[in-house]
Amino acid sequence: MTAVASALRERVGGLLWFWSIGAFRRTLPWLFLAGLAVFILGPLLSLILWAFAGQWFYPALLPDEFSLKWWPVVFGNRSVVASIQNSLVTAPVVTLLSAVICLPAAYAFARFQFPGRRALLLSFLSANSFPKIGLYISIATLFYRLHLMTTYWGVVLIQLVGTLLFMIWIPAGTFRGINRSLEEAARDVGASGLRTFFQITLPIAMPGLLVAGLFAFLAAFDEAQGTLIVGSPNYITMPVMMYTLVLNYPQPVGAVFSILLTLPSLVLLLLAQRLLRQGYLAAGYTL
Amino acid sequence: MADLRLVHLSKQFAAAAAVHDFSLDVSEGELMCLLGPSGCGKTTTLRMIGGFITPDAGDILIDGTSVLRQPPERRPTAMVFQRFNLWPHMTVTDNIAFGLRLRRLSPSTIERKVTETLALVGLPGAGGKWPHQLSGGEQQRVAVARALVLEPKILLLDEPFSNLDARLRVRMREELKILQRQVGITTVFVTHDQEEALTLADRIAVMNKGVVQQVDTPSALYRRPQALFVADFIGAMNFVQTQYSRARGAFVSGGVGVAASGNWTDGQAVTMAFRPEDVMFVEGDSGVPGQVRRVVNLGHYLEITVDCPGLGAIKVFADGQHPATDGQHLSVFFRRILLYADGTSVTEIETPRLSRLPPADALQNSASF
Repeated sequence: MTAVASALRERVGGLLWFWSIGAFRRTLPWLFLAGLAVFILGPLLSLILWAFAGQWFYPALLPDEFSLKWWPVVFGNRSVVASIQNSLVTAPVVTLLSAVICLPAAYAFARFQFPGRRALLLSFLSANSFPKIGLYISIATLFYRLHLMTTYWGVVLIQLVGTLLFMIWIPAGTFRGINRSLEEAARDVGASGLRTFFQITLPIAMPGLLVAGLFAFLAAFDEAQGTLIVGSPNYITMPVMMYTLVLNYPQPVGAVFSILLTLPSLVLLLLAQRLLRQGYLAAGYTL
Repeated sequence: MADLRLVHLSKQFAAAAAVHDFSLDVSEGELMCLLGPSGCGKTTTLRMIGGFITPDAGDILIDGTSVLRQPPERRPTAMVFQRFNLWPHMTVTDNIAFGLRLRRLSPSTIERKVTETLALVGLPGAGGKWPHQLSGGEQQRVAVARALVLEPKILLLDEPFSNLDARLRVRMREELKILQRQVGITTVFVTHDQEEALTLADRIAVMNKGVVQQVDTPSALYRRPQALFVADFIGAMNFVQTQYSRARGAFVSGGVGVAASGNWTDGQAVTMAFRPEDVMFVEGDSGVPGQVRRVVNLGHYLEITVDCPGLGAIKVFADGQHPATDGQHLSVFFRRILLYADGTSVTEIETPRLSRLPPADALQNSASF
């Protein structure tokens, strides 16, 4: 090994002379970080520029003129505003419904041993492991018979599919992480099973459940394929409207709408961060 | 104040430690310790008393009344767990007051009781703190306070100090003992640490593989272990396998014989057990000759390993007044020997009479077996 290494150093070492300079090696991580930042933030920056650009033609590095003129265009469009309203009344309901359905299931997965437990748990992954479009189309044929197509509840149900994974897997992990003796201690001092769940288990699990809720909300909010198939043309949400805007309107309109679409995620993320940081669990409770 | 009776308690598991036909009486105000290696069923027993496991058979009586049908929240027992005791989303006060609030006591009564109990466990003024702001020892003290504040009839402790460091464990042990005396509460304590059991308990129930081996006071348990398992588990003990020789009227191992009275079958296998502190060094011919293999200084005493032909390696505790050096030749003698056949105690011999066969005889003797 050492012979090979020294031979290699002899041949290639001359080319990589700068490797021995400490300053170079120290700046390397920063260069990498900067590259990453450009890769992630670059497109976002361009999006923001487009949203506030009045005119922007090819060779110019920056827009020729800045303007807010495309914003009234977006907010003035009735169907666009309707899509925003639709999104805002669908995603929260989907999240809540998902929580109501999934949290008891997650608790059962975490705490009880029953036949078929693993298979059931994996089955919630399966919805995400196949191309969704095929699943949605077969669900759509079912929805036709049930008269759920182009209805509010049809859209809610189809968006629910994408949230199941988050609302079961993350809370199940959270519940499993809560030591049983915390619950047993509550039973021991006189709390019933239900009271123990609501006053002990649920509050302790809250940070994990909030994260799950956040993911579920974003999954519902950003869902486009299923909503397009089930909801259109009567029930259009923001991500579906995005297709129309990108295809039929000037570029800045799509950019403005993109920013609107990002806002809820951004607000929720900041909110969750605050909540989690204030949380007692972040304080590192150990014994 | 109450007494606790376990009657033929049994529990079978696929995986966890089982308990077979466990009967035990804990009298009022007594501190009973369940001691045994991990997997012996001691925690299973405690959890059955607390109501977290339903026994397959048998009964649990508190003050003569069966509590078997009551769920944990209805039983007059309070449990302190090994770890993860305190609810992290509540302050110390809220942790202690949780059970009181469930009982719908008035806020002023709750406040008074919480303050009193915190003072009792030596943490006055800690009420406003959060569990993560407390040290491990303080957390366990709050856990004890939370259990005591409800004035249960039986206090159950499941290895409550096993996650604390050695020094703190010793201190908490003493504090618990004082507290238990002061409150006078009937207590069942589970531990795998024999030192903890010996220092804390009024009586100890030694368990192995789900079966009670012996229930006795610490001193009786140490002095007269009824089972070979107990002899091995409690304290340090030397074991020598011997066989009875009718011709010599003694238990023989190698060339060494220990005279025994009574009627024994020729060739019966018996395990001879003696404590390292029951071995003395003697001058001259009266003992068994041996050679010092190793001397370990353990501070207040020396642990000396002596190779005795016929008996094997023997551990001896000696004080510093009889210094020994590696390789030194000496003779050992026994103050007291316990005899076990088929795992249970048969008899004990005080200052046994030793006999020694010359090497040739020893050969002949072993050939005749």
